Parts: sequence; C-alpha cells; structure tokens
Amino acid sequence: MKHKTFFWFFLPTGLAMLLFIAFPIVSVVIQSMYTPHDAVLITVENCGPFGCKQATTIDQEATASLRAAEPLGKFVGTEIFTDRGHLAFGEIGAAWRGSETMGVFFSSIYNLPFYRAMTFTLTFTFISVPLLIILGFIIALAVNSLNRHLKGVVIFFSLLPMIVAPLVGSLVLYWMVDSRGVLGTFIQYLANDPDLSMKASTPLTWVMIIVYGIWHSAPFAFVVFYAGLQTLPQDQMEAAQIDGASRWEQVRYVVIPHIMPLVTFVALIQLMDKFRVFEEIIGFNAEAHATSLSWMILNDLSGETQLLSSAAATSVMTLVGVAILLSPVLVRTWRDFQEKT
Amino acid sequence: MSSVSAQRRPKGLRIAANAFVVFWLILAAFPFLWTLWGSFKVELDFFSIADWTNALTGANTERAYGTTTTTTAYHGAWIEQEFWRAVINTAVVCFCVVCLSLTMGTLGGYALSRSNYRYTFWLLIAALMFRAMPPITLVSGYLLPFFQWNLWGYLPTTIVVLVAINQPFTLWMLHSFFQKIPKELDESAKVDGCTQFQAFRHVIIPVMWPGVITTGLFSFLLAYNDFVVGALLLSEENRTMVPAIAAFLGTTQTEGNVMFAVAAVVSATAPLFVLVMFFQRQIVSGLTAGAVKG
Repeated sequence: MKHKTFFWFFLPTGLAMLLFIAFPIVSVVIQSMYTPHDAVLITVENCGPFGCKQATTIDQEATASLRAAEPLGKFVGTEIFTDRGHLAFGEIGAAWRGSETMGVFFSSIYNLPFYRAMTFTLTFTFISVPLLIILGFIIALAVNSLNRHLKGVVIFFSLLPMIVAPLVGSLVLYWMVDSRGVLGTFIQYLANDPDLSMKASTPLTWVMIIVYGIWHSAPFAFVVFYAGLQTLPQDQMEAAQIDGASRWEQVRYVVIPHIMPLVTFVALIQLMDKFRVFEEIIGFNAEAHATSLSWMILNDLSGETQLLSSAAATSVMTLVGVAILLSPVLVRTWRDFQEKT
Repeated sequence: MSSVSAQRRPKGLRIAANAFVVFWLILAAFPFLWTLWGSFKVELDFFSIADWTNALTGANTERAYGTTTTTTAYHGAWIEQEFWRAVINTAVVCFCVVCLSLTMGTLGGYALSRSNYRYTFWLLIAALMFRAMPPITLVSGYLLPFFQWNLWGYLPTTIVVLVAINQPFTLWMLHSFFQKIPKELDESAKVDGCTQFQAFRHVIIPVMWPGVITTGLFSFLLAYNDFVVGALLLSEENRTMVPAIAAFLGTTQTEGNVMFAVAAVVSATAPLFVLVMFFQRQIVSGLTAGAVKG
C-alpha cells in the first residue's frame, strides 16, 4: 500500500487517538507540574473617625484575570508529587526518624493516602491474579470433560460475571453479603456471630473485594484456557497414556506446558486490568477500608472543587505503574515481530 | 479430549469434575438469579433481618401489597428517579460508539494489515500502549479543555471520547482479522484496475462481517459498561446507566430506597443476558483471538 493511501485510510483513527489519548497524556503530565494560583491579596487602608486600619482582602478581579490568563496555574515542578497527598517524602523522613520500631514506621506510612492506596492495589493485584488463573484452569479442565451439549450452557453462565460492569457486579455481591443479605446471614451463621459485618472490618472488606476480583475475571481465564485445551496435541497425550502416565502426570507434563503461553497472556492482561481497580471499591462502598490509585483520581475529580493538579500527579504515577506492568507485553510483541520478519 | 481417554476416566474423577462444574455454575449464576428474584420484593424481604427465606417467599411483600411480587422498585427507579432517561442515553451512546468506532477501525485496521512498511509496527505498538492506559487517567486531561470550550456534559463529547478510547482495541482486533483475509483478493482487484478504496469497498467489505461483528460486540460492551467517562464527563440529565446507578447509591441509601438501585441494576444487566445468549460464540472467539494467536 502506498504511503498516501495508507495515510488517508489511517487518518480518522489516528486523529482520534492523537487528540483524545496522546494529547490528554501530555496535558496530564504538564498539569501535574502546575498548581492553582493563590488568590491575589491586596491591603487596603480604611480610615474612619477612630483612626486608620489595615485590612487584607482578596482582589477578586485580579485573581479571576490571573486565573483566566494562565488556566494551568503556577509552575511548581515536582512539588505536587512529593507532597503529603502523594509520595510524601517529608512525612516518610519524619516517620523514619521519629519511629521507635519498624511496626510504628510502617503504620505511619500506611496512614499516608498514596501508600495506603498502593498497599491495597498491589495486594489486590498480586493475590487475585494467581488465584483467578488457578480457578479458571480448573474450570476449563472440568468443563472439557463434560458432555458436548452441556458445555454451551456452562459457558453461557460462566460469561455472565465477566460481562457485567464491575460496578454492577460488585453491587450484586455487595447486597448479598450485607449483614441482612443472604450470604451475610449465612456467614454470620457459619461464624456463629450474629453481629459479624463484612463491611465493618478492613480485612474482611479486602477479602470481599479480592473474591469479587476473582469471580469477575476467572471466566476470562477459563475461556482462554478452554480454547487452548481444544488444540491439545493428541499424539502427545496418547504417548503419555501409553507410557503409563497418571492423570495428574498428564496434566503436569503435557497440558500445563501446552497451556503455558496462554497463562502468561492471561496473567499479563489481568495484572494491568487489576491494577486499575476502583469501580469495585465504589460498588462495595469500601472507601474507608480500601483505596486505590484510580480511586484517588476519581475522588480528586468528583469533589466540589476539582483538584486537577493532584489528580494529574496521581494519574502520572498510575501511568508509570501501568508502563512497568506493560513492558513485558511490549517485549513479547517486539520479539514476535522480529520472528515474523 | 479424545474419546479413548474419556472412556477411561475413573468414576470418582468424573463425579468430582461434574460436582465442580455445578459448584462453579452456582457461583456464577446464583448472584444474578437471586438479585433478579429479589428485585420484585420489598426491601424488608430482600434484606431480611428476621428470616432469610422471606426473600424467597416474599412474606413482607405480601403483607404490603397483597401479592408476593411487586414491581414498585421498577416503577420507582424508571419513573420516579427517571432511569428511563439513562436507558435512552445509553442506547444512543452505544449505537453511535459502535458505528463510529467500527467505521474508523475497519479503515485503519485494513490499512495496517495491507501495508508492509515498518511504521505499521510502531503504530500498532503505540496502540497497544494506548490501550493499556486506564481511561480515568485520561479523563483528568479532558476536564480543563472541555470546561473551557464549553463541551462538558453533552452526549456527543462522551461518544467521541469513548470512540477514541476504543480505537486501540478495535484496531488490534480488526488488524489481526484482516490479516487472515488473503491479500490476493484485493491485489487481484487492483490488477483489474480498482483503486485501493474500490478494492476495499467491493472485495473486502462483503467478506469482513464476521470479524466486524465480533469487534462490534466488544465496542458495545465497552460503551455499555463504561463508568468513568460517563460519570465525569456527563451532566446529570445526560447520564448513562452505570453512572446513574452509582448516583442512585448516594441518594437512595439515605432515603431508604435501595430497592430502586436493585431494580436499576437488574434492568442494566438484562440486555447483557440477551446479548450473551445470541452472541456467545462471537464473544468467546473474540476473547481467545488475541491469546491463541500470540
């Protein structure tokens, strides 16, 4: 295809991505280095019958015109990144010097919003991804042994948790584990504690969201692995059977090596996906117990006064996190491409 | 698996596998069925302190309305809280997003699959990176310009943003799909004197529908399930369903109208059930397309 033809074919999609993905990223990076202008103050001397008084007031007009002239705000460099709401270097230093034991040090770090969000995001990501892969794999093995007609039905119901919006799915579960809901009552019965509430305890809230994360994404792993099982090399399986391999050995030495590239694929996709957790937090109404980077951005943006700069700084750090998780995918795509040419 | 191994499967293992499938089915489907059933009850039944079986039998619903099922929650959500508005908005947004992103995506994906220059690889890599960007990080970049140019709050703005966010995925999917269509098809049309666009129009378009439908399904799902973009870029009366449900939570929990939100959630989930029923095969093939190829 000629360059010119290619250009016209690619123009609409390229333009859309440039305007609404590339530019916003640049704008977010720039915004994160600016902070809103302070109000312009003027000192006025009011003289009355009892002498003169100096009063400081906000010059509304000057403030408005300054804000209109430079809507980005004033340049502060990396100040927002290091403030208390983000990386909080100053607070960490103070905590390091002031804490007697490591326990105290970590608990004071955990009280900083950014590290609190990071702790939950990483815990959620690295616990739910391996578990959902294992669950998906077991479902795939079990469904694969079913009768052909049943498979369709099972796949139909399996797709449901994955296909609904995370907010909707987590609400469905949230209402069930409510202390008055059916699962909540059941858990109270199991624990023999009529006052047990999943919502009130931080560890239980975390467990709840992690369970939701597994429930939501296990179908994806299942469908991918199930498709992989359909291409299982039959001669290898037969050879293993003739050699007297047990079922477990067949799975261990034939099935798993065959599925392994798919496991990597699912893991990479899901790591990136879970890293942006936050609709779950809203659905489970869990802001008090669990926050994430994306939740911090939403929180900054949806308040009365939108904290654009703070949100932008968190966005930039989220992008850095995503980039780290994305790098193996890029390396893989690069290698594929090199092999092809 | 081959029939030989299926026959040799010991009975215990077969039972265990079947039991596990049943367990998974309950895990996957029960929450939805439970919520669907409960949405026709009053709050005292759905959230029952006294006895959980009330949610099944609807004892309090019967006391209040004389029947064991009631549609008051739906009436409250759709009419009183004007959820119908959100439904119409979602329909408009989904329709426009699917049409636009498929039009742009087919053109771009086709071009990427038919050009052998090195820049196609870099464009695909850029698309891959764009795809990984969480939409919420982009939204904070939109707000300031949209406010300044007075674009904030309208459906077309959201549609355009969703189309753009959707493009990287659409491009990848359609690119790999077009690569499976033999190049000889449009090459021969060009030899016969067609321009590239005529070749695309008369030779490729008639055979591309399976891939386009699969891609369109995923575009639809993205628009339908979107929360961030709608919640932050739409004004209250233009909200789509998922942001509207989120807004319900704030208002209903204080007023004790949780059932409105339950009804809204069921209303938002029902179309997806139908979608999976009709397009299960396409959804599965779309999910596995990226994986099995790589």
